[in-house]
Amino acid sequence: MALDEIKIGGLGASRKRVEDNRFIRGKGNYVDDVVLPGMLHMEILRSPLAHARIKSIDVSGAWAIPGVRLVLTGEMMAARNLAWMPTLSYDTQAVLATDKVRFQGQEVACVIADDPYIAKDGCEAIVVDYEPLPPIVNPVQAMAPDAPLIRDDKVNQVDNKIFDWEVGDKDGTDRAFADADVVSEIEMHYPRSHPSPIEACGSIADFDRSTSKLTVYMTTQAPHIIRAAVSLVAEIPEHMIRIISPDLGGGFGNKVPVYPGYVASILASILTERPVKWIEDKSGNLISTGFGRDVYLKGQLAMRNDGKILGVRMHTDSDHGAFFSDAQPSKFKIGLMHSAFACYDIPNAHLTATGVYTNKAPGGVAYRCSFRVTEAMYFQERMIQAAADDLGMDQAEFRRVNLVRDDDFPHRTPFGFLTDSGQYEKCLDIGLEAVGYADFKQEQEEARKRGRLLGIGISTMTEPLGAGNSREYDILGIKMFDSAELRVHMTGKAILRTGAKTQGQGHETTWAQIVAHELGIPADDIVVEEGDTDTAPFGMGTYASRSTPVAGAAVAMVSRKIRAKARKIAAHLLEVSEEDVEWELGRFYVRGAQDRGVSIQECAMAAYSNVPDGLEPGLENNAYYDPPNLTWPFACYIAKVEVDPETGVWDVLKMVAVDDCGVRINPMIVEGQIMGGLTEAYAMANMQFITFDEDGNCIGSNYMDYLLPTAWETPGFELHEVVTPCPHHPIGAKGIGECATVGGPAAFVNAVMDALKHTGVRNIDMPLLPDRVYGALMTGNDISGMPPVKTEA
Amino acid sequence: MTLFEEVPVTTTDDIPVRRVEMRVNGETRAANIEPRLLLAHLIRNGLQLTGTHTGCDTTNCGACTVLFDGQPVKSCTVFAVQADGHDITTVEGLATASELHPIQEGFKDEHGLQCGFCTPGMMLSAKALLDENPNPTEDEVRWALSGNLCRCTGYQNIVKAVLWAAEKMRGGAPADASADDGGDA
Repeated sequence: MALDEIKIGGLGASRKRVEDNRFIRGKGNYVDDVVLPGMLHMEILRSPLAHARIKSIDVSGAWAIPGVRLVLTGEMMAARNLAWMPTLSYDTQAVLATDKVRFQGQEVACVIADDPYIAKDGCEAIVVDYEPLPPIVNPVQAMAPDAPLIRDDKVNQVDNKIFDWEVGDKDGTDRAFADADVVSEIEMHYPRSHPSPIEACGSIADFDRSTSKLTVYMTTQAPHIIRAAVSLVAEIPEHMIRIISPDLGGGFGNKVPVYPGYVASILASILTERPVKWIEDKSGNLISTGFGRDVYLKGQLAMRNDGKILGVRMHTDSDHGAFFSDAQPSKFKIGLMHSAFACYDIPNAHLTATGVYTNKAPGGVAYRCSFRVTEAMYFQERMIQAAADDLGMDQAEFRRVNLVRDDDFPHRTPFGFLTDSGQYEKCLDIGLEAVGYADFKQEQEEARKRGRLLGIGISTMTEPLGAGNSREYDILGIKMFDSAELRVHMTGKAILRTGAKTQGQGHETTWAQIVAHELGIPADDIVVEEGDTDTAPFGMGTYASRSTPVAGAAVAMVSRKIRAKARKIAAHLLEVSEEDVEWELGRFYVRGAQDRGVSIQECAMAAYSNVPDGLEPGLENNAYYDPPNLTWPFACYIAKVEVDPETGVWDVLKMVAVDDCGVRINPMIVEGQIMGGLTEAYAMANMQFITFDEDGNCIGSNYMDYLLPTAWETPGFELHEVVTPCPHHPIGAKGIGECATVGGPAAFVNAVMDALKHTGVRNIDMPLLPDRVYGALMTGNDISGMPPVKTEA
Repeated sequence: MTLFEEVPVTTTDDIPVRRVEMRVNGETRAANIEPRLLLAHLIRNGLQLTGTHTGCDTTNCGACTVLFDGQPVKSCTVFAVQADGHDITTVEGLATASELHPIQEGFKDEHGLQCGFCTPGMMLSAKALLDENPNPTEDEVRWALSGNLCRCTGYQNIVKAVLWAAEKMRGGAPADASADDGGDA
């Protein structure tokens, strides 16, 4: 008889995580835990200045220290054609600086020594003579007519602009604005932030001269992309490169790009013929590796008096730092910013985008985000709230008028994406009910009379997760699909490998649940492996909430291939034709005679011991999955806050999250993802940002300045669930890992702005620090967060 | 007694070497070390107990938390020589050969971890709390853990894990034993 799916750890089981068994014992295997015989250690010397010409580098002091084995400079890299490397956005990035340094923290030299303490001593003994140049820390400075040219290394670069890009229908949008009763405008900045996994980046390069094989242990979310990139940069044949991504101490997009430290450790291993370990310190991580956000918006909404939105105009100015190394699908210069307003029924939209170089770290990674979707949804929901205020309309009612209706799918979004499913209004209603919205207006008014400032902020959004389909989405021409390989052993146990790479999402637990759902093999009988390019099938890696939509779908599809073969074996064992074989979870049986059956385990044994004539032995297969569309989860986040008018401090009284991510593989893990995402949303709204002073010094280069919320500040969360299955995903799932980070910040900010509504303040740039909120309360003016900030000398 | 001999950080004769001896997870360990060696690095590289992680090097993140005579300290900003003669507990000392500590069970049961990097430090801070206060409130747990950063979980399940462990250690039976526990433990 069919198995109980929950009991075997199938779809919908809140199965406890298998990876926890090693983590709770301290037996995880992170890159810094890997020790190879004869291993040397590398440290990086970084630039103290944001913009300066390098006049000379004297490394003799480093060489004089006993235990120093190698010193690498840009000049040495250049001699091997490795001073510059290609980025994921068709630009170049310095590995070690040769001509100039272009941001504070840029890699200038590396010291390789017997232990990390000696390597650090070596870095301190290097003398670099810099000629300072004026630094640029925002797009206004970058585009000023007399701005110094940051990328004078590029032949045709005449100014600091990287791109102009546009999407949408300009003429139609112009007409919509001409016809509008009301036009609402707002400007804001989504500040630079850093994903900041607790584990920083690192690598151990091990080049074996005898086999010409390069093995690199590396903190990477995308080992196969790295293998291709290393092959191109270092000119080592791809089959001679093995990338191993061991346990990752978080990623959040920070561990997608190729960093100079990886490349330098590889060259150091080739030159020393010994394994070379590089473990980045926290300041190095915060100051030089992939940041997120740093986008300025000018937004406009055209509306009728009844609240119907007729058109959207957006212009973004994005600050990419010194090298354009955004990790995103190549053809979309500002990521998927044009996914904005996807949950609203709006006929006309036009987006223009300008990207610039500045003297700041490069990166532009999708920080817990599907390629600038976080900025898109923040801008969207802040524009929606400002527009509701301008119309004098209730913020929930305004959304209700414009949300796409359940019977209106598939729906073409304002910028041309196709959404396919959702119950938007239902999610909104559940959220409003949970937060007590019906009584809130009165509560707010009465509180205000007593000098207390309460506010409610709503954020509703659907976001595109699970790039690609391969027609639209590629990185440097590599199509964004994923794969899975499943081997069922003769005793019915199995090993599953995918090209994704878990960093806390729990793939070792959830992928086995998908196999259990498809084959009826208990999840405990399936081991999941990822992260080793010599054994895992090709995949684009884990970021942008793409693993369940793409790799997870591949897991379902490969399981179905296995089931199709097992069916042939079952027919043979049951001595009936294949057409007469029926499937129920875990077993095949003869149609009309349900008690005559064989289990999947019996089929597995037969695959190795009793194969029918003409059928290949064994029970293993692989599947490449190219998704037909993105998945579109929907979320409604509602925050209720109280602002202290005496200090500008605000507290979260309630945070309600209603998430519809389709079918949930493991509800416990999904809820964990949502709570983690809400915390990062709270962090960005409240405290977490990286800014710069007028000299280009990075303010936020350590955890004293770069504030992450602790258990003490972080509010509690109330989670609600709606399930609208994804119509094209094999098990109906949608992405979820990033929804709350994407949609959450606007809920918090809208809530504080709602509490301040009586002052006429329309915008405070994140994070809503007490001094900013207090300043707005005192002056009634909007507060800009554009750097440079003033710092005490 | 286990004598640990390797001294990885000395390279020249003029660097002073200090002999230290400490109890680590109940076992006496001794080593010759350079005085600038940090306790975190002695534990990780010298004693090869890699469950103690280093996250920030500046006493902020708490990933390197160990118990120093029962009190939580961030071992990235303690010199190894300061631990001479003292008692150190790392994550490897939480479980016995056959049994997990209730805090470890709680973290798994309540999904109190994701990437696992902050988990050892988080569990040791929790142990220090529960050793002093067997019946803490949610606020007391949150305060006790406020020196340990987690980027994955949002803390809510970590707090639940610690309260779960507290109940079990007091002799109660925490609810929610799932049919499928993901094997082992």
